[in-house]
Amino acid sequence: MKMVVVMMIMMVMAMVSEANMIEQTCKETPDFNLCVSLLDSDPRGSSADTSGLALILVDKIKGLATKTLKEINTLYKKRPELKQALDECSRRYNTILKADVPEAIEAISKGVPKFGEDGVIDAGVEAAVCEGDFKGKSPLTSLTKSMQKVSNVARAIVRMLL
Amino acid sequence: MASSESLLPVTSQHDPLSESSSNSIPETRRRKPTKVHLVVYSGFLLIALYITLIVTHTRPVSTKGANDEKTVASRARLAGVSEKSNEHIWKMSDDREGEAFAWNNTMLSWQRTAFHFQPEKNWMNDPDGPLFYKGWYHFFYQYNPNAAVWGDIVWGHAVSKDLIHWLHLPFAMVPDQWYDANGVWTGSATFLDDGSIVMLYTGSTDKFVQVQNLAYPEDPNDPLLLKWTKFSGNPVLEPPPGIGDKDFRDPTTAWKTSDGKWRITIGSKINRTGISLVYDTVDFKTYEKHDILLHQVPNTGMWECVDFYPVSKTKHHGLDTSVNGPDVRHIVKASMDDTRIDHYAIGTYYDSNGTWVPDNPSIDVGISTGLRYDYGKFYASKTFYDQHKGRRILWGWIGESDSEAADVQKGWSSVQAIPRTVVLDTKTRKNLIQWPVKEIESLRLRSKKFHKKIGPGTVVPVNVGPADQIDIEADCETSGGATLRGALGPFGFSVLADQSLSEQTLVYFYVTKGKDSKLKTFFCTDTSKSTMANDVVKQVYGSFVPVLKGEKLTMRILVDHSIVEGFGQGGRTCITSRVYPTKAIYGATKLFLFNNATDATVTASFKVWQMNSAFIHPFSAVDDLVVPSST
Repeated sequence: MKMVVVMMIMMVMAMVSEANMIEQTCKETPDFNLCVSLLDSDPRGSSADTSGLALILVDKIKGLATKTLKEINTLYKKRPELKQALDECSRRYNTILKADVPEAIEAISKGVPKFGEDGVIDAGVEAAVCEGDFKGKSPLTSLTKSMQKVSNVARAIVRMLL
Repeated sequence: MASSESLLPVTSQHDPLSESSSNSIPETRRRKPTKVHLVVYSGFLLIALYITLIVTHTRPVSTKGANDEKTVASRARLAGVSEKSNEHIWKMSDDREGEAFAWNNTMLSWQRTAFHFQPEKNWMNDPDGPLFYKGWYHFFYQYNPNAAVWGDIVWGHAVSKDLIHWLHLPFAMVPDQWYDANGVWTGSATFLDDGSIVMLYTGSTDKFVQVQNLAYPEDPNDPLLLKWTKFSGNPVLEPPPGIGDKDFRDPTTAWKTSDGKWRITIGSKINRTGISLVYDTVDFKTYEKHDILLHQVPNTGMWECVDFYPVSKTKHHGLDTSVNGPDVRHIVKASMDDTRIDHYAIGTYYDSNGTWVPDNPSIDVGISTGLRYDYGKFYASKTFYDQHKGRRILWGWIGESDSEAADVQKGWSSVQAIPRTVVLDTKTRKNLIQWPVKEIESLRLRSKKFHKKIGPGTVVPVNVGPADQIDIEADCETSGGATLRGALGPFGFSVLADQSLSEQTLVYFYVTKGKDSKLKTFFCTDTSKSTMANDVVKQVYGSFVPVLKGEKLTMRILVDHSIVEGFGQGGRTCITSRVYPTKAIYGATKLFLFNNATDATVTASFKVWQMNSAFIHPFSAVDDLVVPSST
């Protein structure tokens, strides 16, 4: 019975220290609240080291890019006059999914974080370029702004690995 | 930890329950009441979850208070180079007036260089194991066979007779062993006493550990060194105690100690201190690790691609890596992971204990105000001793400054700098001098000579015909000068410019007159107006350049499509930049000379050559007509 008690205490301590880990890490990013909400909501966040937290953020970038591409696809029908900008956004967001994310995952996992930094920075760049292509009349603003914010947070965490 | 205190009152409330349950049950029957255990277990679980919920949700929303200083300092470090490079792009997205821009294939295909080394497609990074053997210069490089971004790294391979005309060969090494399954990374070559070659390189193992491996040519009689054998006993080095599994990479060329052993150094870090570990070996298979480091510098972060070599104090030729003696200084160079800058320092090497001390600790390796090979985009550089011509040659990886979407669209990413000779500046003794290898002059076609005197605030066109593959050598003198304002310049060349100068890249000198009336000269490259594109980095690079009494200001510029390499004062200060014009391409690329001084007149004498392509292509039987000479 005593073993169970000890194990319970250790488990709670681990959960609390991991909670502190997320908090400490997020304090060093430009957007504490966003960072915490992204990491807390992920089941892997509770036991991840800095590398692991960075990989969770990359996964969020991937998810957001996928979601944005779906939205771009629906916009082709709803807003056919925006085809040219949507084409360019499609190209940009496909780059995030097919180039930036795999590069970041490989680099962070293998311990050469600078290439991971390249990938997450670029995700923000591609989102910004896509947004700019609509010349102020973007139907994707909240999604592109989200990507820029997540990219900022991800980059800050990847820099901690350098 | 405060949390353990808060737990005690909770658990003690339940202790009576657990104690009574364990005390009341005789030992022989303790396993039976599992229901009780389950209830207790889930009770604890619920409490643990409750506590965690409380703790995680009572966080300060803002980070004010005692932690502020640390946060600010670490944010400054976290900001680094990368944030600056993207700031303007995010501002652009808010600019409602901005032009929507898309790359087309005409613009992108123009970007490929004509005479800089690059593979036919995909991603390249660090130079590896450069060497000269049996009549051929060999170049190996980090390469991704599958994409235009970093990943899946193999060793690409190419050969050349003259460091300019390169011929692509099959991959030298791929990740086919457990000890390099996750990447065949950077390494260096050493020539043994009998003239044979050993290669040490970093492998990323199947468990993502960075180790050092030994390889050697499968057939030493093959001048093309097509095939490489990996030592069966690999890895020969694993991360030592106290060094992270992922902080151990890029072994150097070995040098001989006075004991007759071979010595190498490998960069790493301990917390935020950049360090260089030292190992001695006799056979490259087993090693003795030194307890003392070659060198370390606090707050510089991880040292990648460390390089260590001697330079002569008095002579202008290169030295073999093992040379030592009173005429010699030693250079320690490292690539700073944090800032993507290659730094070097000049100092003294102590062979007896394998340590090195910088001449000037205030500009030690990695210090931001210290010396750099290049003040632009230039990283992961590596030198080798060219025994064929008695030179030390420097290779540098020049990445892209554009978006990855453009790289994916154009299908490639990165070039190498033109190989440069490296010597100590025997006049100043405080810096190295780099210069493009002489063999590049074989690409010079027709030239035009100019002598122009231009007044303050003028820009003049320089008619040379096409201006996207040119070599410029210029010397400048100024007369007059703003004694009140204290600045002369900027003056120099506007390259990769279109007729209306809506796009232009400026390579120039900027001379300031201090309060003591001493002139201080800067050599700079301004890419901020180099393109209308809004998704590329457009930085201004520059650095102080030593100008000695009686010297004219001289500069050399190599323009090769999307790369500009500038050399100030004979190579005392070098700046490489990547440029992506949208209009100043093909026949529309022009060259201008400008003088933005308010008072001074500039007299420039210069020569501009059209540069031929190096026609870099895959090796074919036709390329091997001449029987190569042996070393």
